[in-house]
Amino acid sequence: MMDTFAALAHGMAVAMQPMNLLYALIGVFLGTAVGVLPGIGPALTVALLLPVTYKLDPGGSLIMFAGIYYGGMYGGSTTAILINTPGESASMATALEGNKMAKAGRGGPALATSAIGSFVAGTIATIGLAFLAPWLVDFAVRFGPEDYFALMCVAFVTVSATFGDSPVRGLTSLFIGLTLGLVGIDKLTGQARLAFGIPELLDGVEVTTLAVGLFAVGEALYVASRRHHAEEKLEPVRGSLWMTREDWRRSWKPWLRGTLFGFPIGALPAGGAEIPTFLSYSTERRLTKHPEEFGKGAIEGVAGPEAANNASAAGTLVPLLTLGLPTSATAAMMLAGFQQYGLNPGPLLFAERPDLVWGLIASLFIANGMLLVLNLPLVGLWVRLLAIPQPWLYAGILVFATMGTIAAKPSVVELSMLAAFGVMGFLMRRFDFPIAPVVIGLILGPIAESQLRRALAISLGDPMVLLQSPMSATLLGIALIALLAPFVLKGLGRFKANED
Amino acid sequence: MISSRMRLFGAVVALLLGASGPAAAQQLELKLMAPAAPGGGWDQTARSMQQALVASGVARSVQVTNVPGAGGSVGIAQFVNSAKGDGNQMMVNGFVMVGALAMNKSPVTLDQVTPIARLTEEIQVIVVPANSPLKTAQDLAAAVKADIAKVTFAGGSAGGVDHVMAALFAGTVGADAKKINYIPFSGGGESLAAILGGKVTAGISGLSEYEGQIKAGKLRALGVTSAQRLPGVDIPTFKEQGIDLVLANWRSVVAPPGITPEQRKVLSDAVEKMVKSDAWKEILKQKGWDDAYLGGDAFADFLKKEIVRVTDVLKSVGLVKS
Repeated sequence: MMDTFAALAHGMAVAMQPMNLLYALIGVFLGTAVGVLPGIGPALTVALLLPVTYKLDPGGSLIMFAGIYYGGMYGGSTTAILINTPGESASMATALEGNKMAKAGRGGPALATSAIGSFVAGTIATIGLAFLAPWLVDFAVRFGPEDYFALMCVAFVTVSATFGDSPVRGLTSLFIGLTLGLVGIDKLTGQARLAFGIPELLDGVEVTTLAVGLFAVGEALYVASRRHHAEEKLEPVRGSLWMTREDWRRSWKPWLRGTLFGFPIGALPAGGAEIPTFLSYSTERRLTKHPEEFGKGAIEGVAGPEAANNASAAGTLVPLLTLGLPTSATAAMMLAGFQQYGLNPGPLLFAERPDLVWGLIASLFIANGMLLVLNLPLVGLWVRLLAIPQPWLYAGILVFATMGTIAAKPSVVELSMLAAFGVMGFLMRRFDFPIAPVVIGLILGPIAESQLRRALAISLGDPMVLLQSPMSATLLGIALIALLAPFVLKGLGRFKANED
Repeated sequence: MISSRMRLFGAVVALLLGASGPAAAQQLELKLMAPAAPGGGWDQTARSMQQALVASGVARSVQVTNVPGAGGSVGIAQFVNSAKGDGNQMMVNGFVMVGALAMNKSPVTLDQVTPIARLTEEIQVIVVPANSPLKTAQDLAAAVKADIAKVTFAGGSAGGVDHVMAALFAGTVGADAKKINYIPFSGGGESLAAILGGKVTAGISGLSEYEGQIKAGKLRALGVTSAQRLPGVDIPTFKEQGIDLVLANWRSVVAPPGITPEQRKVLSDAVEKMVKSDAWKEILKQKGWDDAYLGGDAFADFLKKEIVRVTDVLKSVGLVKS
């Protein structure tokens, strides 16, 4: 433990060098900028920067990459909140309540709780990275396909929180998403499904294309269609621009819970950032004292997922640094960054280059602080976006969404999909179907399917494997309880009512 | 106002003159397609070529474009259709594309492009967790022969180089390759976790991906697929253990169909010059790639043979319907 402190102190000294501070600042700035653009993620940015940075010293450029990573995670939430356009799939859960808050004139507090929540979660998770990495990675490696499948079951059960009022409509949306998830090459047999001979469809439906199409394009169409009805009044700011005491009181617990979801799941090799954000969203929705506000802009629904998504970014670095396991696209690019300097992340890196590893961890703290400094003053500027007249604002959103999609995948098919999803989003809004479950189905469906089939292939077809692993058995139990509890409670309620 | 416009005009003229000067005319302006998203192996190869071609003065400018999708199927279709006869374009490709095209029933095939050169290769390795009872490649061969369904292999995507190698291994040691229990994972990260966690019998991947774990003693390498022992790598080849399995995950560069023999020669010469440059050697060292330069007709021959071999293997495991 003392060693860790000494090493961290040394790392701080490395990261605090003026040049490294500058790299961290550039990284955070670039990351925020690309996070804002839908489609252009941190992975792409790091990939494009790699050839530029190979002349820099390894410490500096890795610190910059870490800044991009954290910045990207944060930047995606800004557009999610303000214009309902999640920059990354991980900020989708943020858009659900965040955009409602922004429309109600509470964009300032929404952005602030997401900035501060990101900072709190990022800091706690980075502490976790420094102290728990070796222990956590042991747990992560033992997490097998059957355990992932069980985790997906928990996620599926909790998804109902995003269903809105009608379970039938929610399930319909979810199954549309699950069907979209089947499109493309089947990961286990290599056969094409639902691709209709279009080569671009062989890779499946891109989550960001679906999310941007449904959320941003669909909304723009919907608003346009309602212009002759009552004009929806957007108020940029109502009440305080900053978080009130009440906002703080309602935010701090979701921040912490979000971190608890994000960090360990982020550390799992196939965990990702989306699942913890959904889990956090549904947890907050269940625990809140203001259930009536959910769906209309509840601050808990922003604070939790935002914390979860930043914590998962730190979690991803656990397997990267300790095992050399890149578990996200950005981590894979950072691994390429390490290799460009002849460094091999993995069990030996901590021993061979402690200065670099601890410098990187220390710079994560600094990047976090910088994100806060960079973003809080911008909140006032960002919310003014909402004062733009509606036709201009939505036209801008359409341009923005199209640009991001083209930048990520320059193809006509991709753009047609964006347009088709936009129309679908419009129709779903028009007929009152919730949108989030579609995206959730697309994300969770393929993971659940391939992990289950993998587990069965490994066990030679024996389904008992799902119960033999203690982890998977526990998770399945939780899923079962979560599924049955509402019914049981309802039954108990009726029982009590009868007694009276 | 007028004078500033005049000056601007003069500058533009000077630029144009400079660009079309005699020295520049001999230099190439190339377009290089990476049929994959930024960051992957093909993209890195393309961007490294860009760097080396420009740094060594072979080309004046190289523009890299990414056309991702379906293991290169989308990229090659666009390349063959839109770059036909253009002697200033090239595309990076590799082993994985051979299998992807066959599996996706792509209407465009590698027979249509003009082969230029093989550039690099990566040797493959089979590993087991450190506590596995299997100590040598022969132990694994015995296990495969005893009951092939019980031996689970973890590796990359279905039909990729790892999958082909698992089938080749089973076939070479005399088991029925059709029955291999191959479990594809997306990316080396996930499969590595499954191997370290003891969920599968063995793992297959490029050597560099597992090298750190092998050195740290967490994984045991049973064999590598090179023909001879690799310098500085203390792992026996399959060949010296009596299993005739030689395979490499190669990457190459090709030109569009319909170019003239002169145009082909210009591109081949440019690539050959690049391969010999210090800039390229420096990049190979940095990235840990093995130089596997093979140019001209020798490469065309090699490519044909690999297409036959890979397609046969994929048919034998049922991924490609014959």
